[in-house]
Amino acid sequence: MQPDANASPFGPNYVPVAPGGRAPGGKYPWATHFGTPNVQTYAARFGMWLFLSTEVLLFAGLFVSYAVYRYLYPQTFALCSRHLDLSLGTINTLVLITSSLTVALAIHFVRTGKNGMATGMLIVTLLCACAFLVIKYFEYHHKFEQGTLPGRFYTYSGIQTEGAPMFFALYFLTTGLHALHVVVGMSVLTWVTYHVVKGRFSPVYYTPVELGGLYWHLVDLVWIFLYPLLYLI
Amino acid sequence: MAVAVNATAADTPGYVRIARRYLWCGFAALAVGGLLAMLIRFQWAYPGRPVPLWGKALTPAGYQSVFTLHGLTMIFFAVTPLLIGAMGTLLVPSMVGAGRLAFPRLASVAWWLFLLSELTAFASCFVELGAPGNGWTMYPPLSTKVESPGPGQTVMLVAMLLWVVSSVMTAVNLLTTLIRGRANGLGWMRLPLTAWGLFLTSLLTALFLPVLGVAAGLLFADRELGTSYFAARTGNPLLYQHLFWIFGHPEVYILILPVWGVVGDFVAFFSRKPAFWYRGTVYAMCAITAMSGLVYAHHMFVAGIGPMLGRSFMILTLLISLPGEVMFLNWLLTLWRGSIRLDSPMLFALGTMIVFGIGGLSGLYLGAIATDIPLHDTMFVVGHFHLTMAAATFLGTFGAIYFWFPKLYGRQLNETLAKVHFWLTAPLLLLVFGGQLLAGYMGQPRRLFDPYVYEFLHRVKVVNHGTTMFAFVLGAAQLVFVWNLIATLRRPATAVDNPWRVGTLEWTTRAVPGGEAAPALVVRRGPHELSNPEVLAATGRDYIGQAE
Repeated sequence: MQPDANASPFGPNYVPVAPGGRAPGGKYPWATHFGTPNVQTYAARFGMWLFLSTEVLLFAGLFVSYAVYRYLYPQTFALCSRHLDLSLGTINTLVLITSSLTVALAIHFVRTGKNGMATGMLIVTLLCACAFLVIKYFEYHHKFEQGTLPGRFYTYSGIQTEGAPMFFALYFLTTGLHALHVVVGMSVLTWVTYHVVKGRFSPVYYTPVELGGLYWHLVDLVWIFLYPLLYLI
Repeated sequence: MAVAVNATAADTPGYVRIARRYLWCGFAALAVGGLLAMLIRFQWAYPGRPVPLWGKALTPAGYQSVFTLHGLTMIFFAVTPLLIGAMGTLLVPSMVGAGRLAFPRLASVAWWLFLLSELTAFASCFVELGAPGNGWTMYPPLSTKVESPGPGQTVMLVAMLLWVVSSVMTAVNLLTTLIRGRANGLGWMRLPLTAWGLFLTSLLTALFLPVLGVAAGLLFADRELGTSYFAARTGNPLLYQHLFWIFGHPEVYILILPVWGVVGDFVAFFSRKPAFWYRGTVYAMCAITAMSGLVYAHHMFVAGIGPMLGRSFMILTLLISLPGEVMFLNWLLTLWRGSIRLDSPMLFALGTMIVFGIGGLSGLYLGAIATDIPLHDTMFVVGHFHLTMAAATFLGTFGAIYFWFPKLYGRQLNETLAKVHFWLTAPLLLLVFGGQLLAGYMGQPRRLFDPYVYEFLHRVKVVNHGTTMFAFVLGAAQLVFVWNLIATLRRPATAVDNPWRVGTLEWTTRAVPGGEAAPALVVRRGPHELSNPEVLAATGRDYIGQAE
């Protein structure tokens, strides 16, 4: 039996489209290979969670490396940790946690149909992300001047114990990869904001907002682990 | 009712087209990797002699690159695209009745990344000092800038990273399709075993490949930024081995799990009876998946890990063979008193059972520390992993290709040529890799450029000569398949709807886009409903479709 290409069995809010296609004005773009629109939402959400779990495992490998080298050079790592700027790190943590809150609120507002508020929240999130990167720039800049850079660029002579270059190499690798995730997350959220403004999302259909928010929470979560490991202990 | 999916190119569903692309990438890499294997075999039989047709003898550095590329090509660019890329992309959507992958565009991006990765890997041959030459494991310090100064190693690491991203994308796609895209009524315990194998494979891929990404990334930083993560004094080379093998060991299950699934299905289909203790086979495969990350350090018994750690990994390694045996016994009991048809896919499945059985038994020697220490890094290891990872996956993959080829191209491969292919290939695989087990047992270390610089290895020469001859015949025998493939594709598409007369969804429904709408499909029974007397009485057939 051929389904009518222009009609949806789920009502007028659900518009059959090709995979990845767009539906007009906040309607639900339903790719018909999913039995029902709900299945499609679950699939999108599930795929995102799977992707996030692979991201977690990517960082897990780095955390294992951190654990091994911390075990090898406990004193040096504690010493090097003091060389990071704790106040800037703490401010950045607060900035990032705030942005997680605002992105969660943005999802809430899209779900309740308040697209204006949602746009505002997303812009606040993006501003927080920018602030994070600016503060990170100042931190990095200091390290560049000091010479505590990874590998062959390491020229600092202030810490003489063995293993200090390793700490800073790990610092740059983990925070650098995290910063890359921040940039990716900002691009995603910019795309989402654009489409919220264009009115593509509604209480019926807001999956991309939700998934973008999930990604942003991952960025936040990774930092929540990096902050104590690098700055506090 | 069933319709062959290849009327015109425009009708072909996207996932079938992507599966075809993976198929050809895999075949290309298989040819390259196979020719490299022939070079290695020639070197071990006649070291220093000019290679026929090429005229020059292998240099030690060239030989190192040859065996490294052979391993990388076969594992990453031949078996992976054939089994997971081609078969996974083709079978998952059609076996669950979705008729499409959950994320079609993601599948397309994943293929392009895969192609880029394959081309990057081969490009490493053409940079200064050539392709990397420290084995597919790329252990530091051999893979550091000091020991491998050429850019080939770095290019290969970039290829690895691309491959990781592509494979994780495919895994996420297949998992989501399997979990969220199943048709109404298709419960977990009604999935074909092949789908189960692909599910568990994708799970392991999503979990463990990012760790390879980390290992490759850190090695990249060591080489290009001058960090010292894996440097001998300031860093820890052993950490690389841990990171590599916590990916590397699950990787062997990633490659073999779909094959186990295929064998489990084929023994049922071609014995015309339901799989014996289907749930037991599923549980066994799940148990192996769950344990696969807990056995990896058996690759490192002689690397300097603590005896306590070594013993724990030995016990876990030997334990993982128990669910494997449950699965194997289930296959045997499926065959028992079945009405066995020796069609080509069945022959390949039986061949897989035999080579995998022998490969698995040889693994017990390597899993136990006392016997691993003398056998470690000998040809015995090479024989063992080739029997399990190469011979078993090769036979299983080709069985799958013969079985599902009508789904890919709407044509059936020639059955006689398929059987000739099998009878030439399977015994020769046993002889070639059995010869390697023997050479290793006689003491030949693996990867030697010229084994005969050691006087005690002169007695292995006769074994190596024989093995090399068998390998050449084995290589030549693959031309039967090439011929079959070309001849079949030149014929017009004339596939029968359900040539093997089985009931799984990919053969019995028309789950293609624009075809039967997914909500209309209701699955009523399991995948192996064969020789049911009630069905026979009602329909005159010994099989019934899962959704019929």
